[in-house]
Amino acid sequence: MSKGLYNSSMSKNKKYTFEDFTPGTTFNLGPYQVSAEEIIAFASEFDPQPMHLDEEAGKQSLLGGLAASGWHTCCMLMRMMIDSFVLESASQGAPGVDFVQWKKPVLAGDILHGTSTVLSARPLQSRPGLGLVQMRQEVFNQRDELVAASENPFFVLLRDKGVDA
Amino acid sequence: MSGFDAFEIGKRRDLGSYTFTAEAIIAFAKKYDPQSFHLDAEAARDSLYGGLCASGWHTTAIWMRKNLEQRDAWTAQLKAEGKTLPVMGPSPGITNLKWLRPVFAGDSVHYFTTVTSKRKRRSNPLWGIVEAHTEGINQNGDKVVCFDNAVLVQL
Repeated sequence: MSKGLYNSSMSKNKKYTFEDFTPGTTFNLGPYQVSAEEIIAFASEFDPQPMHLDEEAGKQSLLGGLAASGWHTCCMLMRMMIDSFVLESASQGAPGVDFVQWKKPVLAGDILHGTSTVLSARPLQSRPGLGLVQMRQEVFNQRDELVAASENPFFVLLRDKGVDA
Repeated sequence: MSGFDAFEIGKRRDLGSYTFTAEAIIAFAKKYDPQSFHLDAEAARDSLYGGLCASGWHTTAIWMRKNLEQRDAWTAQLKAEGKTLPVMGPSPGITNLKWLRPVFAGDSVHYFTTVTSKRKRRSNPLWGIVEAHTEGINQNGDKVVCFDNAVLVQL
């Protein structure tokens, strides 16, 4: 019987638990096709500035074309992580993000890819059954130019052992 | 007088509040962050958060919208006063983003942004950089999100 804080069934049927996130482990992200329609839809709802809504206005701006909101880039990165490993893991979400750097514009028609790499990992003393994993993300466009980088911790369940401790 | 001068260090801008409905939380999560605690109230009860809650990226995207709404009102006011309007450029990024508490379905988050510094850079005589700190506070007075952001502003 589980006596831990978390239901042991939550880490069952998951490919990755805390034990799999060893420093240096890398997950490949993407490809993610960035369409004009998606850029405009995101911007209309959350970041309605001309360079995110209109091709001509984008060309006139420092970004040089219809460009995704930086927050949209964060969301596309999240989706690439989801599809790469998060949904197959016993992830319990993230307490924050140390930094996100928007290095180059993400433009309509770009195809993004990238990596998520484990920097460090530790089980939490205060929360038996739960570990904290520190990750670094790098996102590139089809020309292999770095467009965004980020580092963040996230919570992930230990395999049954930790939960039953 | 340039638009850069219009930014006052230490002034806390009230951006207003936004209520996160279950529908909006789920719609956002389906597109960008389909983890069970952002999609399904039942599954969320067994998670670390204990209930259906918004993706952290949803809480920051809404800040951007509230930020722009308030910026529009502010620039309209500057225009009415006959002052030079700031010309904003891209942002180099954000730091110290913290999701301190879950934002549950039905929660309202009130956003505030304060300019913390502004500087001209020798590397670029055309664009200065304005830095700010943002906080989101829920209906119980608890801080749920905070981060530091920056934006280029024409000198």
